[in-house]
Parts: sequence; structure tokens; C-alpha cells
Amino acid sequence: MPEQPEQPVRDALTETLAHQVTEKLADVQGPYFGQFGGRYVPEALIAALDELETEFRKAQGDPGFAAELSQLHRDYTGRPSPLTEVPRFAAHVAGPDADGEAPVRVFLKREDLNHTGSHKINNVLGQALLVKRMGKSRVIAETGAGQHGVATATAAALLGLECVVYMGEEDTRRQALNVARMELLGATVVPVTIGTRTLKDAINEALRDWVTNVDHTHYLLGTVTGPHPFPEMVREFHRIIGEEAREQVLERVGRLPDVVAACVGGGSNALGLFNAFLDDDGVALYGFEAGGEGIESGRHAARFSGGAPGVLHGARSYLLQDDDGQTRPSHSISAGLDYPSVGPAHSWLHDIGRATYEPVTDAEAMEAFQLLCRTEGIIPAIESAHALAGALRVGRRLAEAGRSDQVLLVNLSGRGDKDVATAARWFGLLEDDAAEGDQ
Amino acid sequence: MSIVTTSRTATRLDELADAGRGALVGYLPVGFPDVARSVEAVTTMVDAGVDVVEIGVPYTDPVMDGPVIQRAAEAALAGGARLRDVLTVVEAVAEHSGGSVPTLVMSYYNPVLRYGVEAFARDLAAAGGAGMITPDLIPDEAAEWVEAADAHELDKVYLVAPSSTPERLRLTAGASRGFVYAASTMGVTGTRESVGQRAEELVAATRAAGARHVCVGLGVSTGDQSAEVGRYADGVIVGSALVRTLLTDEPWADRLDALGKVTGELAAGVARARTTEGAS
Ligand SMILES: Cc1ncc(COP(=O)(O)O)c(C=O)c1O
Repeated sequence: MPEQPEQPVRDALTETLAHQVTEKLADVQGPYFGQFGGRYVPEALIAALDELETEFRKAQGDPGFAAELSQLHRDYTGRPSPLTEVPRFAAHVAGPDADGEAPVRVFLKREDLNHTGSHKINNVLGQALLVKRMGKSRVIAETGAGQHGVATATAAALLGLECVVYMGEEDTRRQALNVARMELLGATVVPVTIGTRTLKDAINEALRDWVTNVDHTHYLLGTVTGPHPFPEMVREFHRIIGEEAREQVLERVGRLPDVVAACVGGGSNALGLFNAFLDDDGVALYGFEAGGEGIESGRHAARFSGGAPGVLHGARSYLLQDDDGQTRPSHSISAGLDYPSVGPAHSWLHDIGRATYEPVTDAEAMEAFQLLCRTEGIIPAIESAHALAGALRVGRRLAEAGRSDQVLLVNLSGRGDKDVATAARWFGLLEDDAAEGDQ
Repeated sequence: MSIVTTSRTATRLDELADAGRGALVGYLPVGFPDVARSVEAVTTMVDAGVDVVEIGVPYTDPVMDGPVIQRAAEAALAGGARLRDVLTVVEAVAEHSGGSVPTLVMSYYNPVLRYGVEAFARDLAAAGGAGMITPDLIPDEAAEWVEAADAHELDKVYLVAPSSTPERLRLTAGASRGFVYAASTMGVTGTRESVGQRAEELVAATRAAGARHVCVGLGVSTGDQSAEVGRYADGVIVGSALVRTLLTDEPWADRLDALGKVTGELAAGVARARTTEGAS
């Protein structure tokens, strides 16, 4: 892991800029998170963003909305999602051949068990209810791994909305199974063939569609990026992850976790989990972004290690860009983390020192992927495997520093069904032509 | 607004209005197919009757652009076009036209942010540029650009759209200098069968909100369309229809001919817009 400089064990929040923010970190509202966020979009979209914000604020103050959403969470999604302790996985913090007591306890927040297979459904159901309230009949979405597209297609079927999903052509190949799922659910999937043909280009196309059809169309954005109110609103729809997990850990362990970890693509599963702990100084927060083939290779999606603040898709945030302000292509084995920017709230948490962001390479993620499969019988999404690898790394640091009884909470943001072909190829389980056929 | 700056673009629009016509504003991206030839294309366009030049900065994520401009931008970037290359084109137009044709840069915000907003304003002014059109920067987010543009006496051209509320129109009209760019329809750049009915209403509403000059863009591609829009707008902005002439496999000289011809038709449309012939 040459790109991984030795990091000191990060003490839970001590003296950082986070202490200078006087309101509760968990309740900060958009459009700005520190210097990040905003609405860097064509004027044509401002009316729709204003309408969305108004409808969102109304819904926030409406017990009827909350009741409707929590009924869907319970009866449709299957919430609360369980918390699973994974001791056989945790044992590997002490090294591959260790036996005996694990030096840390690791708990997984099981968003993979939600209906549709990931955390994405939390946000989708919230926004879909808003779409009904706004009287719009059509939703569009971008998708990378396909999980957000599947969730959106699902909610559209449930609520009787027309659904179009934009997906980079490269991703339609990587995640062919999810394309079929969306189509089975009645959505139209549009492969995007311009630019890098991944998530960022799918967002460009979705924005172009939205500008054109905004009077009857809602852009159901899938993560905590984009123009205000999306970063705040999507965080609010995912805060249930952290709220449940916090209670579950308290009940199980009798105290808060020491470390909370999640993978960070746009950042929605991470922010949803972090949010409940932002104002708990004793809890260290770790976000793991895609290190791809390593930072030095230039082929990664590590915005905090390899990017700088800039504007993309409506928000100012950390961004992979060249000297001329052109967006640099990102790379990751995981389509869901393969995005050159990141939600503005994460940039803010990074800059005020409240959360730590580190890259995890493709290889590290796949090692953790296999480890969870073999030790616990859980096949994770490759996105989530980045969080697992990061948690192992942090666990090792804690163990080396002699910390005992550490409790790590990791977001298992999705399940790996969609990634079976990729993983099979990675581990050489398929003949080459069989793997190709799977493409 | 505390700083009163005369706008070169607005002055030109007033001169043309006195002469009984609107302006033809022509868009081409820098660096397509390469910087030298994009200079040739822009000067061809000027010679064929464009009154105001708009030079686009190719960008990896042009969310306001349709397929034609996307393709040209992608090719320009692949050819190594840089933001600083617009300064070359700005200088060339200033020299070629003896300073009579105002040149605006059209750029998405991030390239300018990365260059340094103040530095870019300084260099653009020094090159003889008139100002900048900002498709993804609304006045609400533009504090840094406003300060730099005011310091260097550059035009600040923001967009309005059919969806803009009266309140947004007032805000945008008040913040603009040079003209307000009225998007004729909800959508991205590209040629269209007809220019939206809503364009004329939007121009009227934008004027009522305080704008002195309003130019209309998106979808204009023929002389008849420019005649129609030139009747009520201070300027007619054309992009894709011009870029399209360069996106062929024909020899370069033929492409320039095609560009000159289309520009000429559009200019003739604008010229006759307010005559009895144009109105018929
Ligand atoms: C399972 C899973 N986890 C994580 C992500 C990354 O998104 P975010 O960072 O918004 O949680 C995705 C995105 O597609 C995903 O499918």
C-alpha cells in the first residue's frame, strides 16, 4: 500500500475547527456547508429548486409526511435494518492467521438488507413522496452502480410515476444485471455515450433532461451532491441510518462506538450514518473513498487525496480536476464510488477536521470483500467493501496503539449481488469467455 | 449599483438600434478544430456579418449544451484547448475588427474559478474582451466574479429562462451589464424547428423587470428565425447552427465557406427584421 502514508491513530475529536461551529453540526442547513455547496446551475432550474425546497420544508413540518414515510420504511423497505456483529471478520484485524480474541468489535449496519439491496431506497422514497406532493408525473435519475436507478425505478412503480434512468455506457456494462432489473420494473434506461461514459456524464444528461422537462419532471438525485436543496435534503432522508444505528449500538454495547466508518461516493450513506454522531466528540468518523489503482497511478476517485475545491454539478466541493479546471476522469472498480466530486457537507467536515477521509484501493476493497464473504457469509457491495477495508485498517492502527475494547460501526451500504460478475472476474472464478458473456 | 461602467456591448447594441436593427451574436468554441483554425472561423464569422462575438470555452461537463456543441467541445479538449486560448481569439477579433466588434467569453464557472476569477478578469480585459456570459453562474453565487468584473469594467451577462419568476428577473436584470441573455425555451443549446412563443413574452417581462438590453438565444438557426427574433429582441444569439457548419468532414476551406454563408443568412434576417419586408 505505497500510497498509504502511515497515519497516527486519530484521537476522537479534540481541538479542531469543528468546535468553532456553534450550531449542532447535525442540523446545519444548506445552501452552504462552510465554503461548500451553493447552487451553481443554469437559471432555468432555479424555479424548480425553489419549489423543491419549499415542498421539502413543508414536508419536514408535516407529521402526515413523516407518518407516511415511516410506514413505507417499515412495511416496504423492512426497516429498521439490523445491526450485525461480525467477530470472525473482526478477528482479521490482528492479521490473517490470528486466532483467539479479536482486538476490536465490529458491527455492521445492514443497509444491504433493505428492499432493493442498498441504502439508496431511503432517499428515493422520501423524494418520491415529495414528487407526488408537487404533482409531477415523471422522475429521472442518474445511476452509477445501478442501485439508485433500481431504487428509483422501484419507487416509480410503487407510486405510478414514469421513470427514466441515465447511466453511463461503461456502467451499463459493469452492472448489466441492474439494467435488467430497472427494465423489469418498467423504467427506461438510457445509456450515456458522451464524455467518460460513467456517473458524471449520466448526471450531465439528467440535468439536460431536467432543464428541458422541468415543468412535469423531478430529478431524483441519488446522493448528497448537486445544488441546494439536494445535499441537505438527501442527508435528511438518510439520517435514519445513523439514528437507528446509534440506538442499536447503545443497546448492544451500552455506549457509543469509538469509530464510525462508511464508503464515500457522493457521500449519502456516509452522511446518513455520520449525522447521528457528528455532535458526539468521542466518536471518530472515517469516510473511505475509492483509491482505485492507487493515488500515484492517477486512476482513482480520491477527491480528498487527489482533488481540490471546485464547482461541478451545481455545488462547490472537492473535485478531481486538472490545471485548467476541467474535470478529471475518476476510476474505481466500484461504479458507485466512481465520481470525481463529493457532497459538499463532506468537504466541510473534512476541512473543519470533524471527519477523516482516506483512499482504499481496488485491491484492498476486494480483499475485504472476500473476507466478509468467507468469514461471515455476507456478500457486500464492492462500494461497501471499501468501508470494510478501511475499518480493518483503522482497527489495526488502534490495536497497534494498544487500544483495547474498541467498537467499530461500519455501514454495509449494499449487498453484492450486482457485483458477482465483477468479483468472479477479479478472483478468476470464471473462464474468460464466461466472464465476457456476463458483461 | 454603485459602480457605473459603460458597457461596450450595450453601446454597440444601442448603435445598431439607432440604425434600426438588432445585433447578430455569433458563438463558436475556441480550439475547434484547433486554436489557429478557430481564429480563422471567428474572423470569417465577423466578416460575414456578426456584430458581437461569443467565444465558448470547451468544458468537460457542459450541462447547458446539446449534442452539437458537446461534440465540438469534446474535440477541442482532445486537441488540447485551454482557457487561456480564448485570450488569443479575443485579441485576434479585436485586431481584425479594429475594436468594433465586442467579444464576450462564454464559460462554465469552474475553468474560470481554477484560473483565478480576478486573474481571468484582468487578462480578459487586457486582451480587449468585453465581458463574460456565465451559463451556470447565477447572480446569487457570483460575488467574486462581480467584484472582478466591476474592477475591470467587464460585462456580466447572466441568463434568464421562461421559468424565471418576476422576482428572479428583477434580480438578474439588476445584476447584468451588457445585456440579459434570454433562453428562448426550456432546454439546452441546439437547433430547433421554431423559436419558442415564450421567447417574446420573456423579453418583454425581462425589460419590464428593468433590463435595458435583452438578447435571445437557444434554437435560432435560420434567417427567418433571426428575422422573427430580431424584430423584438436587442440581439439574436446563434451557436449550434454555426458550429454545425464546422463539424463536417469537408475540406476546411469549404467549411469556412459554409460558415460564412449561414452567418450571412442569419445577418440578413436580423437586418430585415424591423423592415416591412421582415415583418411580413
Ligand atoms: C451499495 C452502495 N454503496 C455506496 C454507494 C455510494 O453512494 P453514496 O456515497 O452516496 O452512499 C452506492 C452508489 O451507487 C452504492 O450502490
